[in-house]
Amino acid sequence: MANNAVAANVYVSFLEKKGILSWLYTTDHKRIGILYLASISFFFLIAGMIALLMRFELLTPASDFVSPHTYNVLFTLHGSIMVFFFVVPGLAASFGNFLIPLMIGAPDVAFPKLNIGSYWLYLLGTLILLFALLQPADTGWTFYTPYSANTDTDVILLTFGVFVLGFSSILTGLNFIVTIHKMRAPGMTWHRLPLFIWASYATAVLQLLATPVVGITLLLLIAERTLGIGFFDPAKGGDPVLFQNFFWFYSHPAVYIMIIPAMGVISEIIPVFSRKPIFGYKAIAYSSLGIAFISFLVWAHHMFTSGISEVAATIFSFLTFLVAIPTAIKVFNWTATLYKGSIELHSAMLYALGFIFLFTIGGLTGVFLGALAADIHLHDTYFIVAHMHYVMIGGTVMGFFGAIHFWYPKWFGKMFNEAVAKLAWFLVFVGFNVTFFPQFFLGVQGMPRRYATYPEEFQSLMSLSTYGSWILGLGVLIMTVNLIKGLFSGEKAPQNPYGSLSLEWQVPSPPPLENFVEIPHVTDWPYGYGKKKEVDA
Amino acid sequence: MEQGNTEHSHGLHMDPAVEYSSSKFGMWLFLGTEIMLFGGLFAAYAIFRAKYPEMFLEQHQELNREMGAINTCILIFSSLTMAIAVSAIQKGKKNLSAILILITIICGLGFGVVKYFEYAAKFAHHIYPDTSIFFSLYFMMTGLHMLHVFIGLVVLFVIMVLTWKGKFNETYSTPVEVGGLYWHLVDLIWIYLFPLLYLIG
Amino acid sequence: MTWIPEAASNLASKVDGLLLVITFISIFFFVLISAVLIYFAVKYRRRSDDEETPYITGNQTLEIIWTVIPSILLILLFVYGFVVYKDMRTPPKDAVDITVTGKQWLWTFEYYNGKKTLNELYVRQNRPVRMVMRADDVIHSFFVPAFRVKQDLMPGRYTQLWFTPTKIGTFDIFCAEYCGTGHSKMLGKVIVLSPEAYDIWEKGVAVDGGEAVASLPPAELGEKLYKGKSCNACHSVDGSVVIGPSFKGLYEREGELEDGASYTADENYIMQSILEPQEQIVKGFQPVMPSFKGILSDAEITAIIAYIKTLK
Repeated sequence: MANNAVAANVYVSFLEKKGILSWLYTTDHKRIGILYLASISFFFLIAGMIALLMRFELLTPASDFVSPHTYNVLFTLHGSIMVFFFVVPGLAASFGNFLIPLMIGAPDVAFPKLNIGSYWLYLLGTLILLFALLQPADTGWTFYTPYSANTDTDVILLTFGVFVLGFSSILTGLNFIVTIHKMRAPGMTWHRLPLFIWASYATAVLQLLATPVVGITLLLLIAERTLGIGFFDPAKGGDPVLFQNFFWFYSHPAVYIMIIPAMGVISEIIPVFSRKPIFGYKAIAYSSLGIAFISFLVWAHHMFTSGISEVAATIFSFLTFLVAIPTAIKVFNWTATLYKGSIELHSAMLYALGFIFLFTIGGLTGVFLGALAADIHLHDTYFIVAHMHYVMIGGTVMGFFGAIHFWYPKWFGKMFNEAVAKLAWFLVFVGFNVTFFPQFFLGVQGMPRRYATYPEEFQSLMSLSTYGSWILGLGVLIMTVNLIKGLFSGEKAPQNPYGSLSLEWQVPSPPPLENFVEIPHVTDWPYGYGKKKEVDA
Repeated sequence: MEQGNTEHSHGLHMDPAVEYSSSKFGMWLFLGTEIMLFGGLFAAYAIFRAKYPEMFLEQHQELNREMGAINTCILIFSSLTMAIAVSAIQKGKKNLSAILILITIICGLGFGVVKYFEYAAKFAHHIYPDTSIFFSLYFMMTGLHMLHVFIGLVVLFVIMVLTWKGKFNETYSTPVEVGGLYWHLVDLIWIYLFPLLYLIG
Repeated sequence: MTWIPEAASNLASKVDGLLLVITFISIFFFVLISAVLIYFAVKYRRRSDDEETPYITGNQTLEIIWTVIPSILLILLFVYGFVVYKDMRTPPKDAVDITVTGKQWLWTFEYYNGKKTLNELYVRQNRPVRMVMRADDVIHSFFVPAFRVKQDLMPGRYTQLWFTPTKIGTFDIFCAEYCGTGHSKMLGKVIVLSPEAYDIWEKGVAVDGGEAVASLPPAELGEKLYKGKSCNACHSVDGSVVIGPSFKGLYEREGELEDGASYTADENYIMQSILEPQEQIVKGFQPVMPSFKGILSDAEITAIIAYIKTLK
């Protein structure tokens, strides 16, 4: 409808039109991105508060704040909400939606109506979750059978809500793959794509192929609870470990759905704030695909003590070590990008550097877990809890916060208070480490996970971890308030405050309705910082 | 303004060739996800059949091969009518196309009727999803397939009405083609299910 | 601070060697990356807004180096982890078998001579033991941090693990697979005895960390047993309902059973509840209590009843 040839001088921000219906029925990828951003942030805060409650209970060994059953419900909800309502949609649904068309020079995604449809599915999932809270499940977010098939709590509604969310995730992934293949601007060859697009592409493939498997797994669990089918029930000839195989076949690739977009964000932030091209573009691009591919082959490293055969365990351990290699390559390349750069420690850059620091710890502790004999001791202890939070918070959430701080001016047309943002970053960084680093030691000492009460000898480290959670919580609070305040009273944002060469920064802040007055013709990659003559170091 | 609802694609006019290839590509990707979904059940089938070969050999004899074979023929025939429907609309023959889609839908309903009788017979013999692993697989696999048939029927019904109303022609028939692709997959899955459940041994 | 529980099995020291190697390699790479990161961030900080930067896009030699070296290290670690694992999965021929049953929320151990214990595993120093394990209900996991061993138990199937305890002492058993409300209470102890002490124990005299248990007054012994035999996993002493009826005020309590009959909780009732718990289910409760026949002696049951009598 909008005739782009005529209205060259009339800029209408995509945020212009008001009214709740204009949001709920939008097909504009930038608005849909905001819908997701608001929703996942909301659930992040809810699940985060649940975590604070859990850690408060864990200040003392005894079950004196909540009963053991309530504690079990809390960690189930914390995990389920964080994984399925925050991290899996995560950067992909929010920033992927906002950035992909802009970065590739397209007016929108391939299927805009499907896009809002995906969001409505997400909303449906949250509605189901609400009902699931009436008799909340106490199975853990992993829903292992036979416990999940027999517990008296409402497993069906929670898993069905997750199923619906999975559908949302699949359709988003489908949309992005087609968009990236079919809607790149003229001249935007694959090797001129921003690395966030490569990351989004790898992630979308995982969403597409892996998610249906958790769909069928949860369907089978629901069928076991309702129809009495016995695939996972030994009394009926089934096998409880089969559930674990099905579940992790999805859930391992899922963790890469969580981290790869964050890695893409880091690949965008670092060149901009060091004014250097990304070091090793092809290595980073292909390593995203490599990680995605290998991620399908390592699922049983979550099951080394589950009774799998030694042969299987050996193969999965070997493949697990393999997946570490492309990951390490990225870390080295990001670090090398800083060499001889002109580095500005903007809050987004702080989050990106924090990511490298913390994700390195998370990744290295993964090596402990890939080694068979070490994993036997560490599995199902707090070492796992620490490892997973280092990669998910130290990795994904750092990337998420970095993305928000980086693209905030572009998305909302405002600037936030940079000094407060730095303070918040510092509290988040310190708080996070104080919360989770002691947990590595707790795990090595043998403290199991999912314990509502624990032996006294673990109390000093457990309470230290709780104090850390308060610092982390405070940091997140300050960051959130700062960002929301900026929306209302922040300075108007310039088009390109950080001097980025990527396409999304070549349009106004916020972008206009169909992104580009004229579809650009691309002649170079977006990392041409300092380009005068080509120099290979 | 930005809702882009005037055209079938978006406010901004999308190149029809790009839109066509995008839609086909998108549907193929979606079919890939369906294969992964059913793949889980096929994997369960393989695992349990390897574990309990006699159970499968013995219990599958309770299944009604004739009804299964009739359903197989119905679906294959319906795939044919759907393919011709696509070909018809690509030649601009909207009425023929709509009729053929109607026949496809009737076949799908027929499939459902046969399935109804099949399930009813099982229940009458006190065979339920929880009777054994084999029957759990039987009901889950055919049940999930049946659900996809129903979804397909709804989709085809909408497409048929739009075709009848003249929304599609020789230059634009993407939804019919894409709907056809989905229906072929539903048929294909049954073609694997049928021998694995009804014809072993 | 103790970094890790003292290695108390033959396997533990091997696992610790692996853990140490991975730790050092990790620290090395972490320090390397962090140092370079911080060094670059400081050295190359922006000094003026228009300063020039070189157009460096990559370096193939570096890429190869930092792909190959980590790959080699990772393969080596894989092999090391595998070798120790293989040992952990191969029990020696002369290991004695102990059957373990995990059930919500306690452990039963059955020894080769028919002896049965609850939550306390008695083993002889320096003699290899093979645990043959099964769960009754949901998945549990037998974990002894001091031995560095862990293995899931599941219903319908046997799993195993083995170890040779090398140190005399008492070591924690944790359940390491979430199994419901009482998961964190599903605790046990491995009691490693010297060969002489073990022989004494085998003959049936109660050995409770050296203390002569029989000399305790009954109610006190009863309280010890209430905790030690996991009655506390399901029965409170403060009136609250955990899984089963509370022991507070239990003695001579009157009430209704599931089948409508009435009961009075006298000595005989309590004894029958311990030995044949399924015979009389109090109305509103589930029939999930295991039998303690063969696990608690008559004297121990008497002690428990004496303890219950004190809970008014």
